[in-house]
Amino acid sequence: MNEVLLEIKDLHAGIEGKEILKGVNLTIRRGEIHAVMGPNGAGKSTLSAVLAGKPSYTVTSGSVTFAGKDLLAMSPEERAWAGLFLSFQYPVEIPGVSFTAFMKAALAAKRKAAGLPELSPAEFLRLLKEKMAFVQMKPEFIKREVGVGFSGGEKKRAEVFQMAMLEPVLSILDETDSGLDVDALRIVAEGVMNLHTEQTSAIVITHYQRLLDYIVPDVVHVLKDGVIVRTAGRELVAQIEEKGYEGIL
Amino acid sequence: MDETIKELAGQEYSQGFVTEVEQEFVPKGLNEDIIRTISKIKGEPDWLLDFRLDAFRRWQGMKQPSWGHLHLPEIDYQNIIYYAAPKKRSSRPTEIDPALMETFDKLGIPLREREVLAGVKSKEEYESENVAVDAVFDSVSVKTTFRSALAEKGIIFCSFSEAVREHPDLVRKYLASVVPAGDNYFAALNSAVFSDGSFCYIPKGVKCPMELSSYFRINASGTGQFERTLIVADEGSSLSYMEGCTAPMRDEQQLHAAVVEIVVEKDADVRYSTVQNWYPGDAQGRGGILNLVTKRGICKGSGSHLSWTQVETGSAITWKYPSTILKGDWSSSEFYSVALTNNFQQADTGTKMIHIGRGTRSRIVSKGISAGRSENSYRGLVRMNPGAEGARNYSQCDSLLIGSDCGAHTFPVVHSACPTAVVEHEATTSKISEDQLFYLQQRGIAAEDAVGLIVNGYAREVLQRLPMEFAAEAQKLLSVSLEGAIG
Repeated sequence: MNEVLLEIKDLHAGIEGKEILKGVNLTIRRGEIHAVMGPNGAGKSTLSAVLAGKPSYTVTSGSVTFAGKDLLAMSPEERAWAGLFLSFQYPVEIPGVSFTAFMKAALAAKRKAAGLPELSPAEFLRLLKEKMAFVQMKPEFIKREVGVGFSGGEKKRAEVFQMAMLEPVLSILDETDSGLDVDALRIVAEGVMNLHTEQTSAIVITHYQRLLDYIVPDVVHVLKDGVIVRTAGRELVAQIEEKGYEGIL
Repeated sequence: MDETIKELAGQEYSQGFVTEVEQEFVPKGLNEDIIRTISKIKGEPDWLLDFRLDAFRRWQGMKQPSWGHLHLPEIDYQNIIYYAAPKKRSSRPTEIDPALMETFDKLGIPLREREVLAGVKSKEEYESENVAVDAVFDSVSVKTTFRSALAEKGIIFCSFSEAVREHPDLVRKYLASVVPAGDNYFAALNSAVFSDGSFCYIPKGVKCPMELSSYFRINASGTGQFERTLIVADEGSSLSYMEGCTAPMRDEQQLHAAVVEIVVEKDADVRYSTVQNWYPGDAQGRGGILNLVTKRGICKGSGSHLSWTQVETGSAITWKYPSTILKGDWSSSEFYSVALTNNFQQADTGTKMIHIGRGTRSRIVSKGISAGRSENSYRGLVRMNPGAEGARNYSQCDSLLIGSDCGAHTFPVVHSACPTAVVEHEATTSKISEDQLFYLQQRGIAAEDAVGLIVNGYAREVLQRLPMEFAAEAQKLLSVSLEGAIG
């Protein structure tokens, strides 16, 4: 078995004094894809926000170890430098900032943290083009302002594009399938699968089976009322689809 | 991260050094004798001394304006030195002191003209890559580069003092033709005591082959800087002009009261860009430059065009309204502005567009960014005179707030006496959201850099208007000026 990449122990966390995660335990090894499913309000998005370090959330107890380091002690950008990537459910708009400028800043920061020099403009451009082709983005995409005037599908594709650029060790896909039509879903999911290696892991947060037809999970968890109530293999996805959450618990 | 912020805050104003150079001063204080002394040092003709004295008498009858949304301190005008200049070394009076060369090098303002390498580049390529600069140190211009190259095309580019000596008729014709001596309190003060500045004349039909610029450096303590810039673009000519400025970090506030006049004749085109980076004072609001400036241009002939672009990041207090009088029919003007205030800075800035001619056009795009405990105001006047048939103005005033202790205000005024004129105004106010910051941080961009990126994006429409030489510097300045703005 591969080494453990992420270990969550008895994690309690919430927002504005309200506890949402009530003792989550989860272990992910390198190379594994885990699906986290569950009804609305179960705490799925809170889990991704807390792992990425969103300041409005407070961790009250528990621990998270990421690649041997104390994740909860790290700032959001330090987590990113360490290889954690969150594909947002609702990506933001940043008017006036082109995707090129955004990716240049992100990549430069990551490389600096790793003690690497900044890419030359030519190297950077080559990388941009290569990764855009990966998610079937049109060339004019990189000149557009981040998120501004994007359709739902374009927003999600842009998230996977960023993932491709930053080559994370752990990707958290927070409802990446929401708002996508079938074709876009396939492009996004294939992108994610193509990026997946023996050394990288992913947490796929979703309501539905359809994304998991393309991104095939090794382990499936059901989160309900802030705790993981069921963990099983990929066969659990079909059972949930058939019987609903009530039916399998 | 607090450590990083502290570290960055310590280096936030990198131009705050003092040049050790022997200087000569006139005695502290302001009276007719001081004005006569300044005029004598500069060897001025009588008409110019009379102009100064007339301005001084007008100024004595005026009061410091208090209508700005500013806490302008009581300024003790008798406690200021009105003229300071580096001493010429008697052994080599025509050479520039190496300390001054070094100062401008450090500021990124080259005072040496690069040689044309034979065969490598055409003369045109060489010229278009260069920027001619008039470098003003306290009260004097120390060097104007590319003078002779420009003179070949009939362009006059020199210090104001030289212009008075060498082209008195032109100076006399245009001086105070746009900003009269008694225009306002600070313009009157400037007219009385102005020391040096830049003069530029582009003859008929000439397209200036390179960017021209003025760089203003305050160095001596206890002094004020009162420079005067006069630009004349004759019929069908075109020019792009840039202006930059910096000052040492000091606990005392220093006064900078300048006047810029621009005359644009028929079908001529002038673009005037400013990156204002005067010392803004420290994080507690001590020191900094009081930047009280009158800038005005006249689109005198039909079809003339004047464009103002300003990036204001410096000064403890900014009080300036680069304005255009649209006199010629079908003339047009733009005002593009980014004003950023942090800590205890105060800015009250905007423009006036005075439409006189038929079919005149103006466009105002103002982007205010407030952080810390600063106050940032846009103040604008759009006036449509009775004869301004079919004239149009479009104004857009946006404010961006960072944190909750700062203020953003807009004071737009419209006077329309012409029923066929159209005036449009749009305004927005926004804040940098926690979601935007977190998103960028999640991609590995540290909070401070994330704010810089967002702010540069917000100001892009204005930054795009700057000449290339200036745009990169302005972008960097916006980020640097915000260091420490978020905790």
